[in-house]
Amino acid sequence: MSASPSHVPATQATSHGDHAAADQAAEAAHIAAHLGAYVKVGVGLLVLTGITVGLSYVDFGSRSMNIIVGMIVATIKASMVAAIFMHLKGEKMTIWRFLIMTCIFAMGLFFLTFFAHSDPIMGTSYSTH
Amino acid sequence: MSNLITKYFPFFTDAEVPHTVSARPDTGLYSAKLGIWLFLASEVMLFGGLFSAYIFLRIGAEPGYWPSGLLNVPVGTMNTAILIVSSITVVMAWAALKMRQLGKYKLYMLVTIICGLIFLTVKLSYEWPAKFNHFGVFIRKDAASKYEEFLGNKHLQDAGQNPRWEISGHLLDAPKGSSYSHQAEHNAEHFAHETGRHDAVTPAENDYVIQVDAVNANPSDKENDRPHFWPVPMSTKLAVISAADVESASVFAPRHSTYFATYFLITGLHGLHVLGGILVFLYLWLPFPGGTKLYKTNPEHLANRVEIAGLFWHFVDLVWIFVFPIFYLL
Repeated sequence: MSASPSHVPATQATSHGDHAAADQAAEAAHIAAHLGAYVKVGVGLLVLTGITVGLSYVDFGSRSMNIIVGMIVATIKASMVAAIFMHLKGEKMTIWRFLIMTCIFAMGLFFLTFFAHSDPIMGTSYSTH
Repeated sequence: MSNLITKYFPFFTDAEVPHTVSARPDTGLYSAKLGIWLFLASEVMLFGGLFSAYIFLRIGAEPGYWPSGLLNVPVGTMNTAILIVSSITVVMAWAALKMRQLGKYKLYMLVTIICGLIFLTVKLSYEWPAKFNHFGVFIRKDAASKYEEFLGNKHLQDAGQNPRWEISGHLLDAPKGSSYSHQAEHNAEHFAHETGRHDAVTPAENDYVIQVDAVNANPSDKENDRPHFWPVPMSTKLAVISAADVESASVFAPRHSTYFATYFLITGLHGLHVLGGILVFLYLWLPFPGGTKLYKTNPEHLANRVEIAGLFWHFVDLVWIFVFPIFYLL
C-alpha cells in the first residue's frame, strides 16, 4: 500500500483517490491469487499434526530423541503459520527488527533456566514432584 | 476530562485516528499492525517464561516423577486440528474483506468463532473435568515394594525404564476426614452399579481404595511401557493403599504434581487467549460501529481490524502447536 502524507485523513486517502482505488483492486487480485496457498498451508499443517502424533509412538532410542524430533516438527509448523498466515514472509523490516530483538530476549530467558538448573536455590525442592 | 479521553483514548470518541488504513511514512505500516506485533512480542516473553519453567521443572524432575500418557491424545489431536482450521478460516475472512466480499467474510468469521467455541468447550467440559475426577497416589519409596503388583518396578528396571511411583485411577474410598470422601462415595456407587461389586469400601479408616488404571493393573506388561494413542479402559482391579505408605495423594489438579501444575497453568492461559480472541471476533462479526457496520464507511479499516485480530489468533494457534506435543505426546 502506498504511503500517504500524514496530514491527509486516512479514510479520504483510500476511498476518494483514484490511485488508492487502483491500489486496492491490485491488492485484491494479489490476495485472490494467494487463497489456494492458504488452504495448502492449512492442509500441510493438518498433515504435520498427524505426523507429530505418529512420530511420538516411534521409538527413536530415547525419550530425549523423541522430544527433539517432536520439537523439530513443531518448529516447522510454527514457521509455516508465522510465514504464511501471519504474512511474515514479505513483511516490513520494522516488524522483523522487533522480532529479532524478541528472539534474542526470549533466548536469554531460556538460557537463564540453565543457570538455575546448574545452580539450584538451596532449600527448595523443585527437583521432586 | 473529555479532552483527556480524546487525547489518550481516541477510539472512544469520534476523533479521527491517524493511520488506521494508510501507512505511517516512518514505519511503513498502519499503526495497529505495529501495535499488535509489539503486543505479540510481549506475549512471546510471557509464554516463553512459562515454557522455560516447564523445561526447568521437567529436567529437574526425579526419575519416575514426570508422567506420560495421562492425557487423551485423540481428543487433543482433534482440538489441534480445529485450531488449525480456524486459522485457515480467519485468514480467508480477511482475504474476503480485502476482495470486498462481505457475505463470505461473515461466513468465514462465523466458522472461526464456532471452531474457537468447540475448542474451549472440549477443554472445559470434557478434558479438564475428566482430570478432576482422576486420582493419583504417590507411594513412598521405602514402601514401594509392598505395591509392586501395581508399580511393576522390577520389570521397568529390567527394561531400562524409569521407575513408577504412582498408582492412579478412580478413588473409591478415602481415609476418614479426607476432602475427597464425597468424590470417593460417588465413584464407589458408580463402581458398584457397573460391576455389581460392593467390596470397594473397606472398614479400615486409613486406606485409599483405588480402581486402578490399566497401566497399574498390568504394570509388567510390555504393552504398557509406552503410552497408547487410544485411551485404554480402566481396569476393575482395586488397590488398597495404607495412608502411612503415601507420599502425596490428590486428584489430577494443579496441586498433584509439577506436570499438572504446568499443564493447567499453560493450557489455562492459552484457553483465556482463545476466549479473548472469540470475543474480539464476535465484535468484528456483529453489526457494531467498529464491527461489520464499519464495512459501509471504510471497508479497508475493517479488513485491517480483522488482520490484527487474525494475527493474534494465529499466535494463539502457534502456541498450541508447542503445547500439544509437550503435554500430550512427549
